[in-house]
Amino acid sequence: MALLQISEPGQAPEPHQYKRAVGIDLGTTNSLVAAVRSGVAETLPDIDGNHTLPSVVHYGEHGNDVGNSAKASALVDPGNTIVSVKRMMGRGIEDVDALGGVLPYQFVTDTSGKSEGMPFIKTRCGEVSPVEVSAEILRSLVGRAQETLGGDLDGAVITVPAYFDDAQRQATKDAAKLAGLKVYRLLNEPTAAAVAYGLDQGGEGIIAVYDLGGGTFDISILRLEKGVFEVMATGGDTALGGDDFDRLVARWILREAQIDESSINPLQLREAMVEACRVKEALTAGSEVEVNFGEWRGTLSRGQFNELVDSLIDRTIRAFRRSLRDAGLKANEIDEVVMVGGSTRVPRVRERVEAFSGRQPLTSIDPDRVVAVGAALQANVLAGNKSAEDMLLLDVIPLSLGLETMGGLMERVIHRNTTIPVCRAQEFTTYKDGQTAMVIHVFQGERELIRDNRSLARFELRGIPAIPAGGAKIRVTFQVDADGLLSVAAEELSTGVKSSIQVKPSYGLSDSDISRMLKDSFAHASDDRDARALLEQQVEADRVVEALVVALDKDGQTLLDKDEYSSLLADVESLKQCRETGDARSIASEIERIGKSSEEFAARRMNQGIRQALSGQKLDDLEEF
Amino acid sequence: MVDLTKNYFELFELPVSCQVDQQRLSSQYRALQRAVHPDRFAGGDERQQRLSIQYASHVNEAFNTLKQPLPRAIYLLKLAGRDVDMERNAIMDPGFLMEQMELREAVAEIKSISKPEQEVERLANQVDADIHRYLQQFEGFWVSGAEQDLDQAETVVRKMQFMVKLAAELEQLESELLDE
Repeated sequence: MALLQISEPGQAPEPHQYKRAVGIDLGTTNSLVAAVRSGVAETLPDIDGNHTLPSVVHYGEHGNDVGNSAKASALVDPGNTIVSVKRMMGRGIEDVDALGGVLPYQFVTDTSGKSEGMPFIKTRCGEVSPVEVSAEILRSLVGRAQETLGGDLDGAVITVPAYFDDAQRQATKDAAKLAGLKVYRLLNEPTAAAVAYGLDQGGEGIIAVYDLGGGTFDISILRLEKGVFEVMATGGDTALGGDDFDRLVARWILREAQIDESSINPLQLREAMVEACRVKEALTAGSEVEVNFGEWRGTLSRGQFNELVDSLIDRTIRAFRRSLRDAGLKANEIDEVVMVGGSTRVPRVRERVEAFSGRQPLTSIDPDRVVAVGAALQANVLAGNKSAEDMLLLDVIPLSLGLETMGGLMERVIHRNTTIPVCRAQEFTTYKDGQTAMVIHVFQGERELIRDNRSLARFELRGIPAIPAGGAKIRVTFQVDADGLLSVAAEELSTGVKSSIQVKPSYGLSDSDISRMLKDSFAHASDDRDARALLEQQVEADRVVEALVVALDKDGQTLLDKDEYSSLLADVESLKQCRETGDARSIASEIERIGKSSEEFAARRMNQGIRQALSGQKLDDLEEF
Repeated sequence: MVDLTKNYFELFELPVSCQVDQQRLSSQYRALQRAVHPDRFAGGDERQQRLSIQYASHVNEAFNTLKQPLPRAIYLLKLAGRDVDMERNAIMDPGFLMEQMELREAVAEIKSISKPEQEVERLANQVDADIHRYLQQFEGFWVSGAEQDLDQAETVVRKMQFMVKLAAELEQLESELLDE
């Protein structure tokens, strides 16, 4: 039918074409990339057969390297070797200072004022932001995946800790943008792990995911029913992980060896941390391990180790209990506990989780790989390679979002554990006579006072009519998308004066920073900005054409009359021609025009989807009787 | 955009009523999200994704409204043409205010007694029972639909809001006790 006439080879991508989609676990200590191949989700190894890529970037005299070779530099060149960069994502300089003062880097803040408060790390290759460091790690993984899968990637699902706030999520998305990677979705790590187990075992019921990684702890409670994963509650600690276990052991070593912690240099400190990590891992199998540090020799028993780390595990159990309570459940209602993250190999962690939940934790999928595997399964669905009928993830927002009101109080607009996407509006009024502007200050967190929460963004609504206090009606709308990212709009209702922003976190990169970095970055050194803008518009044009062609093919005959159908068909043709002109601006305006002309059709399809979904429901119900 | 203007009950194909079949609500909700969720359009163009965020947000909002007794009751009043401003909640009924004061005193004293967990649970159960009782009262007034009955229904909703707030405080207290 019509489809054949409008599809010309080599121009727009063909509908239903297989997409190269990957899942990426961008971890604090290690990162992985996975893909579904021949129906099986598996992590992709590098040429040496290593699946995990240490999340380490070394800025060397002869360029950067990432992974194992960079890790080897950590001991000899600690100041130029960035480890655990995930802990710095979306954080301000004060937060980074509060990480314990154990980071051997020189931090500087941006002086241009555009990325105020954001820590940049001083390296021999210049100042780099945590976002740029993460982008290096992503590039390395993307390169590996392209080689294995034989071509450019169409998109990726990148996992983040469920407890990541807006700033941390935005930073992760910015890193992907720098690496030139399309993000289908930011997926919460525990949800990804549940997907990996849930699909394999076809189970139903309440699943708790206990995720103790290198630097973060996450706990999520999910309900799985008929292929739908519904996150009921989530909690955790963005600054608690295996690194903290190492730090406690390292402190123990220094104490036993009678070395003053404040007197040693970064290199010695790193040596102590490396030895501590070795000891921790050896105690997974052994009951007693010999410890060496410089001249000093000693032994650490499993019992002593357990005592050292019990207080850290206590914190995870408390968060576990709180999340259960948020979900309205008791520990004995849990059907399965999934263990994620290398730190769950510590026997004491498994013991304590089993004692608390009364369930033997699931560990059959490698806890280091389970997140990447789940992400790959989700990426495969989102790319359209696999029918979305099989699986749906309904995730929640981890922290409440709100506004500053009089007296520095937090007025919550969206509560934590609300299912996303969500859109909610609240009305405010002026408090002074003749007030013509209002500051909208957005915060994230659970505390009553805004100063105890995290500031996300601040903007002003101007042009409010000068009337007595309480007269103006200002509606502030919060929209959180499926990645958990917030945008805020404010409107004065009597005049319709509007102001809105895509929330750019206080410690995030500005758009101009990103475009500068894109220009600077190695991968795009040869592109100029116009070429890049054109490419972006062409990719979007292809997406619009593909989506419209598929939609017309499927529903055009039933949902459109003859005129509407041929008019949209002409639009497809015109966009395809426009795409070839090579003018980014005219492509953008053509996309905009067709977006409007096809809006009604898109809405009709959505409504049809709703009707079909519910009529399918009725059939299901009938079958059950 | 026909379906976005439907009322929440119609959207879920449920009868407009005070009591909701929770299981049916949940399964309809899952079916609707399968159709409109942004994950279905992740590879699509931006406009399509925005449309889907709008629909999915609407479905979530509808689900949350119908799931809990208080937002459901407020919504039913709205459908009956009464927009209740819950921000300005002043109840004059002296008997109710007395009851509230006693309950609040009991909550304030919890931390100083010897077995606080049991007391929290006792109070939480009492508050739950009250909410349930108010919902039944509300139903009676709402079913009648006469103007003076809707006035009464509104008063009951306001009382219910006090109880829901108290329930939230008790939950907060319970989690503090758990953390200690």
